[in-house]
This record gives sequence, structure tokens and C-alpha cells, in this order.
Amino acid sequence: MIIQYITRKMIPFIQLYALYVIAHGDLGPGGGFQGGVIFGTSLILYIIVFGLERGKRLFKLKVFDFLGALGVLIYTIVGLLCIYFDGTLLEYTKLPFSDPHLSAHLGIFAIEVGVAITVSAVMVVFIFDIARKKDV
Amino acid sequence: MVDLLLLVLLVIFALYAVYETDLLSSVVILSAFSLIMTIVWTRLNAVDVAFTEASVGAGVSTIIFLSALSRTKRREEITRNGKKLNIYNFLASLIVIFTGSVLIYGTFDMPDFGDFDAPVNNAIAPRYIYGSMAELGIKNFVTSILAAYRGYDTLGETTVIFTAGVAVVILLRRRDL
Repeated sequence: MIIQYITRKMIPFIQLYALYVIAHGDLGPGGGFQGGVIFGTSLILYIIVFGLERGKRLFKLKVFDFLGALGVLIYTIVGLLCIYFDGTLLEYTKLPFSDPHLSAHLGIFAIEVGVAITVSAVMVVFIFDIARKKDV
Repeated sequence: MVDLLLLVLLVIFALYAVYETDLLSSVVILSAFSLIMTIVWTRLNAVDVAFTEASVGAGVSTIIFLSALSRTKRREEITRNGKKLNIYNFLASLIVIFTGSVLIYGTFDMPDFGDFDAPVNNAIAPRYIYGSMAELGIKNFVTSILAAYRGYDTLGETTVIFTAGVAVVILLRRRDL
């Protein structure tokens, strides 16, 4: 009961911190991978505390399968866009924004978001499919 | 002094995790091992690696081990010939000791930690350190290496994670639920 109350209060802060880590990847330590893991951990915390059954009702498993593929798709599309605008694969400075530095910034942010989506979705899929029904 | 203490703690934790027959406490000790490794990375000024070690090594991999533990027994079975000193164990330990001493002998030729004249600090590293700000405008050059200069590797890494997820779904998901 106490654990459930504290978990309910903690999860928004963990998720906010995860978004901060993803967004500040080019200024400080962290990035898409770490932020995605932290975001996935907040969902896993909910599953551990409230049980697999309730977690399954809240998160549809198909959505997470889809998100895992979507992150890789975002990464690849950004890479191919760079080729489309006369660059090599993942050469962000060729993206059509006003400033090459702005292009690099936005391109890197897009692929960090892609990595984060894939990592957090796959972590949740891991927990749902590896854990047995009774024990977690 | 602190480094020596951390090293001793790491060795103690690793041996404990190997020899403990209760798998649950073995997993918890591995998590503590990762936490000590986080401190070691931070002392080596590798903050990004420390961040990854804390979130993945101490966090998610512990959870994945625990959920894998829910599919097996909690105690390790003690094998019969594990404790006896037979000829295979003797040969195996001989090979391990030989390989270890060759590897330690190899480190004598390596440059000191953080040596200014070391090849690794002169060939490609200055290009990343100075080029990150000039070419891309990214302050954290670890991120610019991962996402821009070595972006193809990171694409492969993301694909590996996705493939692992697909493999888990194919092998373990039950359709009737």
C-alpha cells in the first residue's frame, strides 16, 4: 500500500528526468540510450509494483512491439534524408535548415529520440515476455 | 588509495557472485558490482560510461536477471565433480594461468594511463575534440562521436537491441495470453 503510493508519486519524476537526459545529450553526459533505459525503468517499476496483470491492462503489448520498430525507423529515415540532401549517410550538416550547426543539433536530437523509443519499448517487452505470470 | 580499495571490493564482489549458490543474492551482488564500477568510471572521468553502467548494469540488467530467475529455481545445483581436483580442472587452470600471465606481460609495453605521447591521444582524438565544436556545434563530444562521427555504429547498436527484442518475442511470447 505504502509502496504503491510512493511509486505513483515517483514515476512522473523519473520520466521527467529521463526526458531531461534525452534532451541534454549534446550538452552533458547522457543521451538517447541512457534516457531510454531510465524511461523504460519507470514503466517496469509500475509493472513490478502493481503486477503483470494490471500492467498488461494499462500497456498494450502490441504498442510496444510497434514502438521498438518505430525508433529504428526514425534513425534510418534521418540517415536516408541526409543522403537525399546530397550528403553521405547520417551527415547531418547537409540537412536543409538555416545553419549547419542547427541541422546537426536537430538531426542528432532526432536520432537520440529514435534510440530512446526503441530502447525503452524493448525493455518493457523484455519484462513482459521473460517474467512468469505468478512471480513478478 | 581509493582506487586500490575499489579494486579489492570489485574482486571480493566478483568472487562472491561466482561462489554463492543462492542465485538471488548472486544477482544482488552483481548489481553492487556495477555500482562500484560506476564509481570507477567516474574516477576515470568517463561520465557517459558511468551513466550507462548505473542505468543498465545496476538497473535494467538486474531486473532482467530477476525476471529470468522467475523461470528457474532459486538455488544452484551443486555438481558432483565441481569440487574434486581432476585432470581436466588442473589442465584448465594451467591454461588460464598461462593466458593471464601472457596478458599481464603484454601490458608492460603499453603507454601509461593518460600519457600525452600515446598514439591513441594523437591520431584521431584531437580531430573529434576540436572538430565537434567547429563542425557540428555540439559541446559534448562523446555525443558527437556516438551520433555523428560513428553514427553508423550507433545505428547498428540500435538494430541489435531491436533484434534482441524480436528474438525474445519469437522465443518466449505465449499466444494464448
